[in-house]
Amino acid sequence: MEHKPFAITLDVGSSRANHTGSWRSERPVYADHLPPCNAACPAGEDIQGWLYFAEEGRYREAFDSLTVNNPMPAVMGRVCYHPCETACNRGKLDSAVGINAVERFLGDEAIRQNWRFAKPSTQTGKRVLIVGAGPSGLSAAYHLARRGHAVTIRDAGPMPGGMMRFGIPKYRLPRDVLDAEIARILDLGVTMELNTKVDDIKAAMQGFDAAFLAIGAQLAKRAYVPAGEGARILDAVSVLRSMEGAEAPKLGRRVVVYGGGNTAIDVARTARRLGAEEALIVYRRTRDRMPAHDFEVEEAVDEGVMLKWLSTIKHMEDGKITVERMQLDDKGFPQPTGTLETLEADSLILALGQDVDLGLIKDVPGLVSERGGIDVDPGMMTKLPGLFAGGDAVPAERTVTVAMGHGKKAAANIDAWLRGQIFEQPAKHTEAAFEKLNTWYYTDAPHQVRAKLDAARRVDGFAEVVQGLDADTALFEARRCLSCGNCFECDNCYGVCPDNAIIKLGAGNRYRIDTDFCKGCGLCAAECPCGAIDMVPEQI
Amino acid sequence: MGYTPVKFYQTGTHTIGNRLLPADARTVQSDDDRANALSCGHRACQGCGEALGARYAVDAAMRAVGGDLVAANATGCLEVFSTPYPETSWQIPWIHSLFGNAPAIATGLAAAMKAKGKATRVIAQGGDGGTTDIGFGCLSGMFERNDDVLYICYDNEAYMNTGVQRSSATPPAARTATTPALGAAPGNVFGQGKDVPRIALAHEIPYVATATVANLRDLEAKVTHAMSLHGARYIHVLVPCPLGWGTASHDTIKIARLAVETGLFPVFEGGNGDVTGVLKIRAKRPVEEYLKPQKRFAHLFKDATGAATIARLQAIADRNIARYGLIDPAAEV
Ligand SMILES: Cc1cc2nc3c(=O)[nH]c(=O)nc-3n(C[C@H](O)[C@H](O)[C@H](O)COP(=O)(O)OP(=O)(O)OC[C@H]3O[C@@H](n4cnc5c(N)ncnc54)[C@H](O)[C@@H]3O)c2cc1C
Ligand SMILES: Cc1ncc(C[n+]2csc(CCOP(=O)(O)OP(=O)(O)O)c2C)c(N)n1
Ligand code: SF4
Ligand code: SF4
Ligand SMILES: [Mg+2]
Repeated sequence: MEHKPFAITLDVGSSRANHTGSWRSERPVYADHLPPCNAACPAGEDIQGWLYFAEEGRYREAFDSLTVNNPMPAVMGRVCYHPCETACNRGKLDSAVGINAVERFLGDEAIRQNWRFAKPSTQTGKRVLIVGAGPSGLSAAYHLARRGHAVTIRDAGPMPGGMMRFGIPKYRLPRDVLDAEIARILDLGVTMELNTKVDDIKAAMQGFDAAFLAIGAQLAKRAYVPAGEGARILDAVSVLRSMEGAEAPKLGRRVVVYGGGNTAIDVARTARRLGAEEALIVYRRTRDRMPAHDFEVEEAVDEGVMLKWLSTIKHMEDGKITVERMQLDDKGFPQPTGTLETLEADSLILALGQDVDLGLIKDVPGLVSERGGIDVDPGMMTKLPGLFAGGDAVPAERTVTVAMGHGKKAAANIDAWLRGQIFEQPAKHTEAAFEKLNTWYYTDAPHQVRAKLDAARRVDGFAEVVQGLDADTALFEARRCLSCGNCFECDNCYGVCPDNAIIKLGAGNRYRIDTDFCKGCGLCAAECPCGAIDMVPEQI
Repeated sequence: MGYTPVKFYQTGTHTIGNRLLPADARTVQSDDDRANALSCGHRACQGCGEALGARYAVDAAMRAVGGDLVAANATGCLEVFSTPYPETSWQIPWIHSLFGNAPAIATGLAAAMKAKGKATRVIAQGGDGGTTDIGFGCLSGMFERNDDVLYICYDNEAYMNTGVQRSSATPPAARTATTPALGAAPGNVFGQGKDVPRIALAHEIPYVATATVANLRDLEAKVTHAMSLHGARYIHVLVPCPLGWGTASHDTIKIARLAVETGLFPVFEGGNGDVTGVLKIRAKRPVEEYLKPQKRFAHLFKDATGAATIARLQAIADRNIARYGLIDPAAEV
């Protein structure tokens, strides 16, 4: 044995022999919290998840990730009222991420590059009938076809799309965009039978293992307006539907629209485009109580649409409408004042909402909901086993996005039902609240706005009003995402650990905690910008 | 030599890395090949700012000189927690000095390298006690001779290793073992102490800077720049001490950030006698926000009598802001 003098008899040892991890009483855990945008999306999109790819310019992967939940991003990016943006945490910092604009960019990119959906590798041999080719029917068809079921859609109309085609005007949703996204779904092998109204659901279900009712709400609500000679009274849904026909409806020079919802706005804007010099919306209450969205009202006003608050229509005769002024009572309800006024009008269009046409289920007892429409359980099934329903036809918020979400949820439940199982909704992650973020690390980045067509040019025709983002602005906008609750590999945890106890696993693979050395100080969790690390007590 | 912020990504340049940034726009600390000059297994307390600051600084110096570096280290927590015989956490050649002579040891190291014709660069490091009190004579001499050493002071504002005694870097009103929160003027007295970065500047040495563990990019840029120069250089890094300050271990960086954002700890750089750049305050905070989470200032919040003292501390912060021009309304930071 070699002889060493005292005090250097030991080799230099590394402190790595000292496992300071034993001091720990809490450990950091990488969690994937639910970002508020995802929580708010009625179609259940993993927004943060697809933005993650978009941030890197990996648009194809972003599209694939997005369409796991929603097959129509180019449509959604145009017509969705984006509750995700209302919920977006970045709104508390500067302004919400333009999720909807990026979604549209991805949808348009997919159409431009002709991206298709992967077909299922095997077929189940099960047959599902879908009644209605609106968003809820198309969404269900997509999700069922991807699971290998044979899907047939029957629609009473001459073209698929439901209210996306026969309600929402072209200047908001160009039809080539709608057609491209429907074709991509049908391309999965979905059979479409048009001009085929279903009158008796039980009979129609013969030969199918399950059915989904996606019939929407097609019947315009009528208010009784006493009308005399020469009164021209139309309903908004019919007017908008006829826009898809060969001949444009004749509305005249002065058009009055009765109602305060999005349909009222759309029909007034359509009237302007058809040459009406005056398009006036009459509404019972005040603007802040109008169900129509602010941005739509603004766009309409820009185009010369006029609004009259606190008024009800009493009578129409000979190109004249009588309205009565209303007053809000302390409960906020409009009450008549007795003051009358006369307006000139060539036609009156009623936009008072729609009811569900329940004719096809009249022979099946117990399917109708007290709240109107078709009654479904939390799994979207009606009282008739194997018959599911969703979209505008069931009591819920009536939007394309909700309809898409219903289609997806119904498909998951139908799929389980066809296999004799019950679909279990996976447990939701805890929400990534704004308070969980360490916003110090985010720099200001102004929201990228989508250009709009000049108001003067809009009323000339039906060209799309809102323009898309270009590649640069879309990338910038995607990168404004804070990645709430989900690691985006900023290396903060790796950097701030005083004990080098975080191991970097390489691009895309995130990090791992080295529990031999982690003392549990919690700096990584405190300095994680997006709140993706939880400190959890050690079991002692 | 501040860094140039890239204002583009979701987190700008405030994060340590970011997969969206090109490799050269990431920090040394984000690199999985960083030197880890101070390795794990050291016995620093949970959340120790000094352990963090030392790795930040020495890794940056290692990168700047291609790994050819030797360090002298004064007695203090940094030395004690990293080298209990026979273990060491240091993954660089490292020499322990006495409590008060690290600058002199480093001067000797630099001379020896020169004599041997080696390009090896030298740093010295110590706590605030070792630097501003007992080692101050050696440090001033090293400055005055312009010896080729970068001296890094890790300022945790007291003698932590021996149980939190006051140093000449302890702020007024802070409670330490030797300045108890008792009597009419509890805590450390006002009007004492030394501002060593300014004293260093007065030596007309080529480079002087302050930094904190809250802004890694600024710290790394300063160390990197310092290593591109020769002669005596001084960097003073604020490193909160959870034990001595009575803060939560996870708040170390937040507290350092508040020290900067209140103006209590001005972050600047300069050389040859002049201040040449400051790190602007991004969002000014009142001093209470900095003081309140720290038990060493708890007596200021016990009753109404603390308000006057807090106002005096606020005046110090405001004076720093005015003196260094820490707030620039036009600057986008
Ligand atoms: C003018 C207007 C504008 C709108 N704008 C927006 C908007 O911007 N954003 C938004 O999110 N939402 C908007 N909506 C609401 C949205 O269009 C609807 O909520 C959505 O389309 C409902 O989808 P659905 O699939 O349930 O029904 P629908 O879209 O109504 O589709 C139902 C389909 O079923 C068919 N059908 C019905 N009965 C039968 C039967 N017995 N046999 C065979 N086929 C049948 C119909 O022909 C139709 O094609 C708007 C609605 C209107 C009217
Ligand atoms: C000459 C001498 N006096 C006293 C001590 C005891 N001692 C060791 S570390 C220390 C305090 C160190 O304080 P500081 O330099 O601020 O470093 P910190 O521990 O706070 O990081 C003291 C007083 C000593 N080692 N040598
Ligand atoms: S910042 Fe990103 S993850 Fe957070 S809510 Fe907004 S879009 Fe979602
Ligand atoms: S006493 Fe302070 S400086 Fe020393 S190891 Fe603990 S936290 Fe770090
Ligand atoms: Mg100290």
